[in-house]
Amino acid sequence: MNKLYANKKLQLFMGFLFGIIFGFLLQKGGVTRYEVIINQLRLIDFTVLKIMLAAVITTMLLISIVLPTGKIKLQPKGGSIKTSIIGGLLFGIGFGTLGYCPGTVAGAVGSGNIDGLIGGVVGIILGSGLFASLYKKLKDVKIVTKDKFSERSFFNEMKYHPLIYTIPFSFVLVLFLYYLESIGL
Amino acid sequence: MDYLREVTWSPYVVGVLIGVLNFLTLIISKKFLGASTSYVKTSGMIKKIYNKKDVEENEYYKIKTPKVDWGWMLVIGIVVGSFISSNLSGSFEFIVIPKLWTDLVSASLFTRILVAIFGGMVMGFGARLAGGCTSGHGISGASQLSIISWVAAICFFIGGILSAGIIFGF
Repeated sequence: MNKLYANKKLQLFMGFLFGIIFGFLLQKGGVTRYEVIINQLRLIDFTVLKIMLAAVITTMLLISIVLPTGKIKLQPKGGSIKTSIIGGLLFGIGFGTLGYCPGTVAGAVGSGNIDGLIGGVVGIILGSGLFASLYKKLKDVKIVTKDKFSERSFFNEMKYHPLIYTIPFSFVLVLFLYYLESIGL
Repeated sequence: MDYLREVTWSPYVVGVLIGVLNFLTLIISKKFLGASTSYVKTSGMIKKIYNKKDVEENEYYKIKTPKVDWGWMLVIGIVVGSFISSNLSGSFEFIVIPKLWTDLVSASLFTRILVAIFGGMVMGFGARLAGGCTSGHGISGASQLSIISWVAAICFFIGGILSAGIIFGF
């Protein structure tokens, strides 16, 4: 396996291959369409949330099974509650204005959306480039911060087998999805 | 084969398969799915063309090295995968302005592109401040039970509901 990780060219190809599968699935899910994303944010169509929660439940349960064997290492993101709230709200405002997110906009381009390319992709590159330029200042004025939740995962705090926590949590998420279906959303 | 030609699959089937894919990338590449970092790397690659020194000295580009890597190829792959999927089902279509936008907001191309660039900018900036996007935080981070990711994902939706509400009415 170590040879597999060290082979840089192979990993670039694997990234491309995984991307093809990811893009294929996003398009089949309908979330590369502007209308599907906007109608999720207008709370009319819950396709985006259904896909996300089904993916979260699946990955979370698979992690729960394999993590105790020590074969995988988690990579929880750094930052703070503050960066998550400010950054998250800004992201959301842009999300509703553009109608795609960074992953689905690539899928939108692949299925023919011109506004995704000359609007969305260009905008995201500009906005993230602006952040990189301002990074030092944002750190100085303490907008970019780290707190005790940085790079922490609840998986690493568990006293018992992860499934003892994640099965009941999955059940709650499934109940929520069941509720959405039952009220016709 | 017929299933591959269908226009849409059940969101639950798609979600479970993305969940499995996310786990496979972890096993095979030691990576979780995420898209937004590739855009900041691209911004660095472009800036490098006209101001190499500035990029080399920038603290952020030292963390997110502007080069073609696994995640960058992933985003290129998304474009290709969506192209294949939409061609198989016959749903590939050149769309300049989304129909919903034309019907409810404006038929002007200039307005749509300007608004899309503005939305993309705010989103790109927010993604960097939050440290991820709908896939990086919303799927990968949330499935790793990170508090930061759950808070970010919830804020993505709060912000999105707000701006979509302002544009289309609540």
